[in-house]
Parts: sequence; C-alpha cells; structure tokens
Amino acid sequence: MGTILFLVLAVLTIAAALGVILHPNPVKSALFLIVTLFLLAVVFVLLEAHMIAALQIIVYAGAIMVLFLFVIMLLNLQIDDPDRGRRQVVLRGLAWLGGIILAVELALLVRGGPAGNPAAAPAGYGGALAVAQSLYTDFLLPFELTSILLLVAVVGAVVLAQKQRRPTIS
Amino acid sequence: MIVPTEWVLMLSAVLFAIGVVGVLVRRNIIVIFMAIELMLNAVNLTFVALARSRGAVDGQVVVFFVMTVAAAEAAVGLAIIIASFRNRTTVNADELALLRG
Repeated sequence: MGTILFLVLAVLTIAAALGVILHPNPVKSALFLIVTLFLLAVVFVLLEAHMIAALQIIVYAGAIMVLFLFVIMLLNLQIDDPDRGRRQVVLRGLAWLGGIILAVELALLVRGGPAGNPAAAPAGYGGALAVAQSLYTDFLLPFELTSILLLVAVVGAVVLAQKQRRPTIS
Repeated sequence: MIVPTEWVLMLSAVLFAIGVVGVLVRRNIIVIFMAIELMLNAVNLTFVALARSRGAVDGQVVVFFVMTVAAAEAAVGLAIIIASFRNRTTVNADELALLRG
C-alpha cells in the first residue's frame, strides 16, 4: 500500500520537476516548483516526518515561492529565447548527457547505502515534540547561529535591493 | 506506512540530477535559482529518508536548518537578481558574462 502510493508520488514528483526545468515560461516553472514541493511534503508524511512536511508547505511553498513569484512579477519576465545556433544545441545535449550520467552514478551510490524496509517508527516520531526536543537540546548552538544568519540575510537583502543613492561629493 | 529506503534515495538522486540539468540548460537566472531550490529539496528528502531508516530525528532537524539557509539564500539571491536587473536590464545568464575570462 505505502509502496504503491510512493511510486505514484515519485512519478508525479519527477514529472513536476521536469516541468520546472522544461517550461519556457518562468511563471509556469514557479507553479511547477510549487507542485513539486507539495508532492515532496506528501512524501515526507509517508516517511513519518510530519513536522517537516508542515514546514515544507508553510516555509517553502508559502514563503519562498511567493518571494519568487513576486520577483518574477516585479521584473516582468518574458519567455526564454529558443536556442540560437548549433553550438547551443550541442551544449544543451551535453548538459542532458551529464545529468543522466550523474543520475546513474547517484543511483549506483545509493545501492551501497541502507536498504530495505525501516523498522516501525516509535510513537511520536517526527512530530513537533520529538523534533523540538532534539532542536533545543543537541542542536541549540546551530539554532542560535541560524538566527544570526537570518538577521544577516535580512540586512543584506535590504541593502542590496534598496534604491541606490548617488554618493554626494562634498 | 513503510516505504523501502533505497526507493526514496533513488527518487532523491533523480530529483538532484534534474536540478543540475536545470542549472545547466536554462538561461533565465530565476529559473536557475528554482533549479537550485530543487536540488536543496532532493537533499532534504535524503536526510528525511535516512533519518527514518535510522529511527532518529536528527536528520529531520538538519532539514530544518537547510530550510532556514534556503530561505536566507532566496532572500539574498533574489535581491542580487533585482540589483543586477536594475543595472543591466536583463536576467539572461549568457548576457551577464562580465567576469568571463
């Protein structure tokens, strides 16, 4: 049951991910990415990561993708130009070839890793309580450092995106 | 529900490769950025699958940190894209080749 559901989700996720990189219109790409993120949230639920699944929808599909769509709207993006000339077609083919080789290599690597069905998860695994207990004890220092990172990112984004003032010459 | 770990890892490998191809074949910087987000998500999937396989939540906490870093990266990266669009009026990666040797 879980396996069949996972296979269906995997096919849908890969299709949506291909849509992200193949659709010429950036807005449609962003919408495909939102679909991919939602499907991944469902996969997280299948893996008993309920808290992470909720965060995935709130933070990724909610906040980050709205930011993307907002920037696309702000820049008034057009559809990508088609390939110009033979060189670009050849380069694109090489990129796809490299991607397929990478996928095969990663799949071969996976074969050396843990396999088979995991044991049944303990009660409360992946819930807010279990994740928070780990986050606020073992990972307290990284958690605090993350707040500094976010502060720096906010300041950086404001400084970069503000209207440039001409330096006044005194 | 129980899902074999190696299948999830395979899905993650395929998603990561799709992200890499996206970075290589697209010319629009924002779509390249989206492909990077796709790669980050593939890695998140690996963390969650291995956490499930080990029966520990540590991997899920790492996913939490990856999401925070991705949010910070998106904010700064999109600000850089807006700033460069303001100067050059393009988001085509081929035309932003000032640093090419």
